[in-house]
Amino acid sequence: MSKNVIVIGGGIAGMESSAYLAAMGYNVTILEKEGKLGGHLLKWERLFPTKRHGKEVLEFLSQGISEHVSIIYHADIENIERKDQVFNVHLSKGTSLKADAVLIATGYETFDARKKEEYGYGIYDNVITSPDLEEIFLSGKGIRTASGKVPQRIGLVHCVGSRDEKAGNIYCSKVCCVTGVKQAIEIKEKLSQTEVYCFYMDMRMYGFHFEELYKEAQEKWGVYFIRGRLSESCENADGTIVVKVEDTLAGKPLKMTVDLLVLLVGFVPSEGTRKIGELLGLSFNSNRFIKSADEHTMSNVSSEPGIFMAGTCTSPRTIANTIMDARSAAATVASYLEGYNIEKRTIHRNLK
Amino acid sequence: MKDFGYTINKDRQINFDRTDKWIYEYLKKHEPSFKLCIGCGTCTATCSSGNFTDFNLRRLFTLIHRGYKLDMKDEITKCMLCGKCIMVCPRGVNTRNIILKINEVIENRKRKK
Amino acid sequence: MKNEGKKLIWKEYQKEIADNKYYYVRSCVRQNFFPGAETTFLRIMREVLEKDIYENPSHTTCTGIGYHSDIVPLDTAMTVVARQFAIMTESGYENLTPSCITSFGLYTEILDTWHHFPEVEQKIRGLLKKATGREFQIPKNLSHASDLIFKFRKEIAQKAKYTLINKNTGKPLKVVDHIGCHYAKMFPHKGVGGAEYPYVLAGMIEEWGGEVIDYPERRHCCGFGFRQYLVQANRGFSIACSQKKFESMAGYEPDMIITNCPGCPMFLDRWQYAISEMEGKVYGPDGKPIPVFTFEEVAGLVLGYDPWDIGLQVHQVNTEPLLDKIGITYDPEKKYNNKFGKSMGKPVIPESLCEAHGIL
Repeated sequence: MSKNVIVIGGGIAGMESSAYLAAMGYNVTILEKEGKLGGHLLKWERLFPTKRHGKEVLEFLSQGISEHVSIIYHADIENIERKDQVFNVHLSKGTSLKADAVLIATGYETFDARKKEEYGYGIYDNVITSPDLEEIFLSGKGIRTASGKVPQRIGLVHCVGSRDEKAGNIYCSKVCCVTGVKQAIEIKEKLSQTEVYCFYMDMRMYGFHFEELYKEAQEKWGVYFIRGRLSESCENADGTIVVKVEDTLAGKPLKMTVDLLVLLVGFVPSEGTRKIGELLGLSFNSNRFIKSADEHTMSNVSSEPGIFMAGTCTSPRTIANTIMDARSAAATVASYLEGYNIEKRTIHRNLK
Repeated sequence: MKDFGYTINKDRQINFDRTDKWIYEYLKKHEPSFKLCIGCGTCTATCSSGNFTDFNLRRLFTLIHRGYKLDMKDEITKCMLCGKCIMVCPRGVNTRNIILKINEVIENRKRKK
Repeated sequence: MKNEGKKLIWKEYQKEIADNKYYYVRSCVRQNFFPGAETTFLRIMREVLEKDIYENPSHTTCTGIGYHSDIVPLDTAMTVVARQFAIMTESGYENLTPSCITSFGLYTEILDTWHHFPEVEQKIRGLLKKATGREFQIPKNLSHASDLIFKFRKEIAQKAKYTLINKNTGKPLKVVDHIGCHYAKMFPHKGVGGAEYPYVLAGMIEEWGGEVIDYPERRHCCGFGFRQYLVQANRGFSIACSQKKFESMAGYEPDMIITNCPGCPMFLDRWQYAISEMEGKVYGPDGKPIPVFTFEEVAGLVLGYDPWDIGLQVHQVNTEPLLDKIGITYDPEKKYNNKFGKSMGKPVIPESLCEAHGIL
């Protein structure tokens, strides 16, 4: 009889690892809290660096969800018990499921921009976040200010809630820089006369083709990049926003009025990641994501046997990285279920 | 006006909304590679002039973009037009031609006046 | 602007403010700057709110002004503050209420330092004992005088004779609130509403009928900054700070400015005169300067106190236009009389800055 794997979370990581686990002959059950698979992918219109539509990737992922994958929607996990090698997952509706391995794919949430009080999100009408802008793109509505005008100047703020110890997050969220470049280009595609300014500390264009996208933004679309982190934004009497930065390349403080300000919010572990990690008694890393057994060699392995992780519940990742990590997780889970001793190979510390 | 023994300090802040970006607008059109600068400073590191004077090409480009007031003529005369900066620029900015174009736009404006 | 967003932030910064029995400590400079403010505060606390508020003549400067001017070293400042605590303890009080924002900031900073470094507190206790033989208790509650007026703003509104409403138009007066830097910027959780969107004065303005103006340079310092002002050559920096604020608020046509710090009303008031002399500019609507008040003065005004009893005659920017807008009755003839009804002499500067410079 084939073994059962429960995958918690039906976003990118959950879907792709399920596809590979099912392909290897395991019975896979995805527990999804929403009524749909796809997670954050449902909320992003186009993806960096290719500007491909998010739904294309989602459609690809869906093809992997065969009849060997069952899905429980609106799943609310109450408790997970373990007896010997078997897990018993209890849902709030009274259902219980047995599993030989649990794969956590509970992902991230975007940083709550209201925590950066000085940027005025939730207070100033013309301050929005990168997901808000995606929602505008998805809706097909035009980009407008709160009063319905075509914005003449738009600012994008990098590192909102990332690389910011005051906001509780020392880490880089990895995707916001390139998301900013992508969104800046998309704004220019729609509103060619609008000036677009990115305020950044470093342009972290580490991914393949990211730098090309950055160059395209400058060369083809005339997007401006000002190196300096926002100290605050304020609202003018007419609802426009004044931003203050140090123009670090000029060595002077600078202020500028924008009609719309977009905050590129970073990654924080999702509520589900926190909850499931705590339910299972897992360790968390210093950034509150679930801790991997080893950062280099055991990224999918948790502190408890039979429990594995995939995707952004362990750290911020791009979609490409999440898909790779999901397949890696599937291989790790399968090896465990086939009796391969994952822990046998270990890192020898302080090798001379 | 009364003399109180002090005057009101000038604001150091660049008020981007009010600066005049006429040189930048000219360069954008006549030497579009200007837009590609990423402020890395390689040009300034290698600059023959910048090693002996306060000439700073990277900073000059930034200030031109922001429309900051400078004695531009005085700035560009510090350049020796040697072209080392073009050789090192990772983005292929035609730095030497930018100096020539700055001169051109200043001369144009003078003539018009 | 969404006020609900601000309210969510204000919820995060609720501070405990004692209910009664306050040990009040005056500011060193306020009695010269705006002499009526502290007296008005005590009058409101005692007569209107019927609170037990006590002050002790042995109280001295907290040395905050010297500390922030690089004159008094921290150990000295801490020992002087320890003596204030000792006098409070000896007087049988536990709730400390400083009049000055910088005192409040310094007390907060010292208490926080002692919390993190108990050995420093022990050292200071030793120094105080050695120097004066005194011992002290840490205050149970530390609230600035503006925290108290904020706490009782509704009671004041109930007993108020006037509101911050323009009686001619029926519209709320547009009020700029300026918070002293040392109130919450160093320790946001010690200020009502935090440091980014402080609620301490905004709450009073709302409660008394006015409309709060949120302008871009709201967070900027008034320019007092101690060292910047104390050295004459540096005053150009100080005045430039105030001017930055005036330039930013002018477009909102504010009727008045309200402050909670000793330095801010002084500088926002006097620098308007200096700027008008130096550049011929004024920033209020209709070519008039903007009257500047302390929160105590505003509380006194809404309660119907005589403007000359609360010290409005020492303001550089005349307050009469605002009194007229509210509909407060006053006797212009008595403006420069002392409490015995005798003339104190009039200032040399003309009645209005703008008339003086032909701006009207």
